[in-house]
Amino acid sequence: MSTLARENANGIGTGLSTAPGSARVDLLVVAGMIAHGAKVLDVGCGDGELLRLLTETRGVDGRGIELSREGVNQCVAKGLAVIQGDADTDLADYPDDAFDYVILSQTLQATRQPRVVLEHMLRIGRHAVVSFPNFGHWQVRFQLLLAGHMPQTDILPYSWYDTPNIHHCTIKDFRQLCTEIGVRMQKAVALNAWGGPLRLNAPWWFWNLFGEQAVFLLGRKN
Amino acid sequence: MVEVSLSGRTETVAAIRDADHPRDSLIARFGADKPLKLDAGVSLSPFQIAYKTYGTLNAERSNAVLVCHALTGDQHAASIHPVTGKMGWWETLVGPGKPIDTERYFVICPNVVGACMGTTGPASTNPKTGKPWGLDFPVVTIRDMVRAQAMLLDHLGIESLFAVAGGSMGGMQVLQWAASYPERVFAALPIACSTRHSAQNIAFHEVGRQAVMADPEWRQGRYLLEGTNPRRGLAVARMGAHITYLSDAALHRKFGRKFQDRENPTFSFDADFEVESYLRHQGISFVERFDANSYLYLTRAMDYFDLAADYDGVLANGFKGAPTRFCVISFTSDWLFPTSDSRAIVHALNAAGARVSFAEIVTDKGHDAFLLDEPEMFAIVRGFLDGAGAARGLDAKAAAG
Repeated sequence: MSTLARENANGIGTGLSTAPGSARVDLLVVAGMIAHGAKVLDVGCGDGELLRLLTETRGVDGRGIELSREGVNQCVAKGLAVIQGDADTDLADYPDDAFDYVILSQTLQATRQPRVVLEHMLRIGRHAVVSFPNFGHWQVRFQLLLAGHMPQTDILPYSWYDTPNIHHCTIKDFRQLCTEIGVRMQKAVALNAWGGPLRLNAPWWFWNLFGEQAVFLLGRKN
Repeated sequence: MVEVSLSGRTETVAAIRDADHPRDSLIARFGADKPLKLDAGVSLSPFQIAYKTYGTLNAERSNAVLVCHALTGDQHAASIHPVTGKMGWWETLVGPGKPIDTERYFVICPNVVGACMGTTGPASTNPKTGKPWGLDFPVVTIRDMVRAQAMLLDHLGIESLFAVAGGSMGGMQVLQWAASYPERVFAALPIACSTRHSAQNIAFHEVGRQAVMADPEWRQGRYLLEGTNPRRGLAVARMGAHITYLSDAALHRKFGRKFQDRENPTFSFDADFEVESYLRHQGISFVERFDANSYLYLTRAMDYFDLAADYDGVLANGFKGAPTRFCVISFTSDWLFPTSDSRAIVHALNAAGARVSFAEIVTDKGHDAFLLDEPEMFAIVRGFLDGAGAARGLDAKAAAG
């Protein structure tokens, strides 16, 4: 489970487009939402690809939590400040307002209590950045509706019996959760199956159908 | 039937000599004007610190790394030990091209206060009496050791350390350094340690101390004066302690139930099993290089260590606003200082907003893993120091000696 979660967080086997020598598109989108020099906590930071990108391009003071021991040790050996820990249990140990941004990249769907994790993120950080695969994407809907089996796509490659992803949601579901817990949505980006951003002025139903994954920048309600 | 060799009394002389005039070591002497104020409420004065250095201090004096030794270690971290003739206790980690690279960093390794390899301790000569201190030596704490080390740095003209590193009791000193002198520590590497000694650990130490004190040759701690040496008691203490440094799995892998140089049991209390023979060897070789009273004092210092107690029971307060970056390392099979102890350190550092990394290394070698060939630990220490060095502006070439 731990290894799978890390691999998922890294996009290994998820088919996310990575050109040689460049960072994954979804990570670039996340990085684009982070202010320069900010204090950042990356929850589920995998092998530290995003932390390294943020340190190099945004000059952040970055920290990470990672479930898998292999991921942690790789990060620390790269000079990143990462600890071994579990998003579901360890966020409670962090004090309020400790960070400017708390990031959950491709990990929300693998947590046991996504709502609690999200609430902690916005307690610890003034902002939260969440990216996740959209379970409302047409390919997902198509497979369940017409083929009658659990969806398997490039971004969700796991079989139903060995997936680390236990809490899938659609963009619509996620927006509803944000409304329920009183979170301010400051920015949102949806990426199509080719990693391209969907039109900003497109209606939400369009995003929910054609966005393969989404990235949200969240803030606290005043 | 136990063939612990008890021959020779010349070691008494050797012990006092090593305590006052250590071989292959540098000595910093602190006179009456610079007393060491101890937690016990008294001052130690005059006193001396024996230490070794490796590498070269750069012009900015910014590349110094303090290496803190464990209970039975000493200043000979990365060079031949003058008593045993063996390589230093941390030559796996410290040296040219090693993770604590002496071509980049200026490594200082002092013998702690209360020890017996040249820094003032119970085997040293008490200047008031001209005789060994023995049990008249005041009880020292981890904080006293660190206070003395800070005086050594003042003596060497080093305002700020690039890093402090150590395992076990050395790791306790690292944590105490970060709490007592946060502005003097850029990076801290506490390995296989804890912010407080557990009841179980105190219990093990007490068994060791009782073994020493039960030896009739201990003579109420006056053995150096009376020309005896509680070798048997100290050897038993070491044997017991050594078991706690290993793991069940490591003992099984190394020895199993194998017989020592024989096909069948002898139906006696001879060392039939390899593991018995090994422990006896550990005990005997230990007494050749260690002072029994020092063993009492240093185990006591570890027992008293409880960093949180100094900060109203809230460990995080000890690290509030700490500018230091930490890398905490533990080992899966270490049951003396288990990973949960390291996690408590990490939680406190997080709560204090400190910059902390934490890695647990999979090994079956137990507590002693921090001294052994652990490539993953090497990679982590190297990566952590590289990252910290970049942040400190340490240039690899400029710092090279």
